[in-house]
Amino acid sequence: MTERVVIVGGGTGGSVLANDLADRLEPELDAGDVEVTLVNDGPDHVYKPVWLYVPFGRREPVDGRRRLDELVDDAVDLRIDRVTDVDTGADRLRFDDGPPADYDRLVLATGSTLEPERIPGLAEGGHDFYGESSATALREELLSFTEGELVLSVIGTPHMCPAAPLEFVFMVDDWFRERGLREDVEITYTYPIQRVHGNPHIAEWARPIMEERDIDVETFFNAESVDPDAETIASIEGTELEYDLLVSIPPHGGVDLIEEAGLGDDGWVDVDKHTLEAEAAENVYALGDTADTGVPNAGSVAHYQAGVVGRRLASEVRDRPATATYDGKTLCFIETGMDAASFVEFDYENPPSPAPPSEKLHWSKLAYNESYWLTARGLL
Amino acid sequence: MTDIEPDETVDARGAACPGPLMDLIGAIRGADSGAVVRLLSDNEQSRTDVPEWAAEAGNELLNVEEGDDHVAFYVEKA
Repeated sequence: MTERVVIVGGGTGGSVLANDLADRLEPELDAGDVEVTLVNDGPDHVYKPVWLYVPFGRREPVDGRRRLDELVDDAVDLRIDRVTDVDTGADRLRFDDGPPADYDRLVLATGSTLEPERIPGLAEGGHDFYGESSATALREELLSFTEGELVLSVIGTPHMCPAAPLEFVFMVDDWFRERGLREDVEITYTYPIQRVHGNPHIAEWARPIMEERDIDVETFFNAESVDPDAETIASIEGTELEYDLLVSIPPHGGVDLIEEAGLGDDGWVDVDKHTLEAEAAENVYALGDTADTGVPNAGSVAHYQAGVVGRRLASEVRDRPATATYDGKTLCFIETGMDAASFVEFDYENPPSPAPPSEKLHWSKLAYNESYWLTARGLL
Repeated sequence: MTDIEPDETVDARGAACPGPLMDLIGAIRGADSGAVVRLLSDNEQSRTDVPEWAAEAGNELLNVEEGDDHVAFYVEKA
């Protein structure tokens, strides 16, 4: 009997896993013993780290987009449709358009969505770089912004790429300096807890750099509302900030069908953080942002987790005990300006220790982003 | 044992820092004034995070209850 593996979500985790399985299970796929299906709600794969560079004119949104049918191995069945229901009791998926599909093993890699509407006034008053059109709109704002108060407010946590808000303020500081405008621009960074980053080691590293660069900091700032007319943002702690340009990290959530399936709250699947198996259902894995492991929502995490799930699925298909586990490995380059970056690597046991910023690390980040297309193909 | 009856309980046991505090803030956001939220956390950092944030936001930390493997924080929304 053919074993049916279905992956939902064609982002980094889903695409890397699909190609990993195409390689790892090649004999079984050739023999028809296994089918691997990748489901995505659109024809394109989107590499989101490109968006950080769009506001500064260093990248175009199209640089982060490739067709899935060109990226994913031909041995994988690609289904462009939207899953509307995950029935873990019947091992069945239902879709917007086509007929239902039964699975033997399911991997949920549905990722993060933005929910700016959770903060009144944010959608009207704020900009962000967490989407193609919003990053492009922010580029236009920045090009005409020559003086005033720029506020970067981290509203949603967890959010995609925990380093990105720090990177943005470091880059925008440098960008205005290069253009001779920095003296006319105030930059304020807000964060929900009492330090500037969720990870204390990264926060400790970043704070002095912010002081050096004259970036004002407001901690314990959890945005409650934005008044687009008055150009103010207020926190539930009672602080109000004026802005001329508001850049936010909007609230994030997972997709509704995760909660509807009883797999976890807010769209994140409760998983064993080592095996990535769903706690509330059999034969279901989650990876990337979707897996509630407590590690950053980052492409590198999805990539490493895809390798673990790929090895576990291959073992299960071959009726061997699955032994591969995820150790929390995370890798991030952190831009500290337009021409310098730091680098961190950490896991569940070992905390990050940011490397001294250098131009070499900046180019390493850009090279890593370019070589991502080999990663997505399962080659790196 | 406390006799405070929470209006809502947030079980953040197992969550890494700053997850428990962010879960509490999320619950307080949606709560009515005067409502009591109970946060369960087994993260050591919560012992300082939660009182600091409650004071900053003007909410009252009514009680801290030691459990076998976790701490329960009772926070009343101002």
